[in-house]
Amino acid sequence: MVERRPLLTVLTHLTLVLGAGFVALPVWIAFVASTHGPSDFLSGLMPMWPGDRLLENYWQVLSRGESTAGAPPIGLMLVNSTIMALGIAAGKITVSLLSAFAIVYFRFPFRLAAFWIIFLTLMLPVEVRILPTYEVAASLGLLNSYAGLIMPLVASATATFLFRQVFLTIPDELTEAARIDGAGPMKFFRDILLPLSRTNIAALFVILFIYGWNQYLWPLLVTTDASYYTAVMGIQRMVAVPDSEPLWHLIMATAILAMLPPVVVILLMQRLFVQGLIEQEK
Amino acid sequence: MTDKRVSFAGVWLPAALLAPQLAITGVFFLWPASQAIYQSVLRQDAFGLSVKFVGLDNFVRLFEDPNYLAVVRVTVVFSAATAILSMGLALLLAVAADRVLRGSTVYKTLVIWPYAVAPVLAGVLWWLMFNPSIGIIAYLLRGLGVSWNHVLDGEQAMILIIVAAAWKQVSYNFVFFLAGLQSIPRSLLEAGAIDGAGPVKRFFTITLPLLSPTTFFLVVVNLVYAFFDTFGIVHATTNGGPGQATTILVYKVFRDGFIGLNLGSSAAQSVILMIVVIALTVIQFRFIERRVHY
Repeated sequence: MVERRPLLTVLTHLTLVLGAGFVALPVWIAFVASTHGPSDFLSGLMPMWPGDRLLENYWQVLSRGESTAGAPPIGLMLVNSTIMALGIAAGKITVSLLSAFAIVYFRFPFRLAAFWIIFLTLMLPVEVRILPTYEVAASLGLLNSYAGLIMPLVASATATFLFRQVFLTIPDELTEAARIDGAGPMKFFRDILLPLSRTNIAALFVILFIYGWNQYLWPLLVTTDASYYTAVMGIQRMVAVPDSEPLWHLIMATAILAMLPPVVVILLMQRLFVQGLIEQEK
Repeated sequence: MTDKRVSFAGVWLPAALLAPQLAITGVFFLWPASQAIYQSVLRQDAFGLSVKFVGLDNFVRLFEDPNYLAVVRVTVVFSAATAILSMGLALLLAVAADRVLRGSTVYKTLVIWPYAVAPVLAGVLWWLMFNPSIGIIAYLLRGLGVSWNHVLDGEQAMILIIVAAAWKQVSYNFVFFLAGLQSIPRSLLEAGAIDGAGPVKRFFTITLPLLSPTTFFLVVVNLVYAFFDTFGIVHATTNGGPGQATTILVYKVFRDGFIGLNLGSSAAQSVILMIVVIALTVIQFRFIERRVHY
């Protein structure tokens, strides 16, 4: 703050309180909706204060799901989402660490070509190659499997570039010292590079976990078997019930459960999250 | 490309290290992309029995199709409105959070967390808020004499998806604007204050110009977000309707390819989207290079 202006300070706080309210309001409403019974939504305006069916509703979606919509219990979808998110995060980090190491620490003939091939992936999000990617996954027998949910999303240009940047800042003296001590490249990678990039890995893990958890289009395409539905895509099946009022209380309980894990991750690891977010875009 | 002075010898080891990344890229990125390009110059008959080469005819047809042009217009309106709304709100909140002395961490936390909410869930939340019969916003609007029904009214459906998409993106923009604001040297603002510039004048003549790299970067990121990541919002809430009022380009590729099974046209649309992403990526990288040499 440059100077004291009490009026402006009040205005600043007011803006922030209103902003935080705008951000929180939809989630509060959804939470309220998830604590009422189905009959409470018939009366016109939905209630603004939590009802008494919190445990009942959540227990129902977790264990039984909304059977009319053909959706499996949310418990299972949450397990699927966790497997997918962890798989994507761990896979992307492993694959990118290895390729960044190869690109930075070796000189070999097709190095530049490899760099550009990886760069190209930046320009091809799933959304622009929906149908042919689906055909590849189908012909490899990856439909309705965890491998199918995870593998196509594991290649990552941004993560590779991030680790490349990190490795470039590691002083050459360390490499020389390791070589003089007789360490081979993989020992150098394991004992020096990995420990030095620990916080970058953690920060990226937070971002990629959220990225993986929130995938929508790809799971929608590769899963037709309800036992592989993920929480974020499964909700669409509950919303899209034709010709009947949506079961608001169950849909919103599902929505709250589907957003809870990544939100908790952000709240617990805010510092790492912000670092990861900003680093990734450098 | 920058080089390390010290490097390891060998060809097979780096090849093995790169193999997983290159294999996945080849199988799931390059091959499908080349297939999309290949199919975009072919046309199948209605029964999928014969395929013939039609050159750029699929593209010509798209650009002569008033339906497709309408979808392009919808996408442009949607992306621009989403970017402006979410960046405007985020900038306002970031300026406020940068100014407060007490409680800034709490405020930051309260604004940041929706980053974790998937776009489709943001869509579902606002879909409830705007629901014509029980939604709170629809109720308030009725009080103001606006009859709200996004199931029938295309403009209202558009407002619904814009608000949902912007709500989710505020947190992302906020993080970057705040980082940008905090890197502006205090001495510049103090010099402005000594010269008699008030907070508003300082904001427009000092802060905003110095934020322009951040702003530019965010414009690109927000456009990419609105073009591609918002698929879930449209798919779960409006299904592109009513009519085609909220059909964005990505949604049309999906619908024509998966539901309509119009492969040639869907592939041509994919290729057009690829060109859009490539253009945005090139713009972004040129800009980042400039920033490095600043």
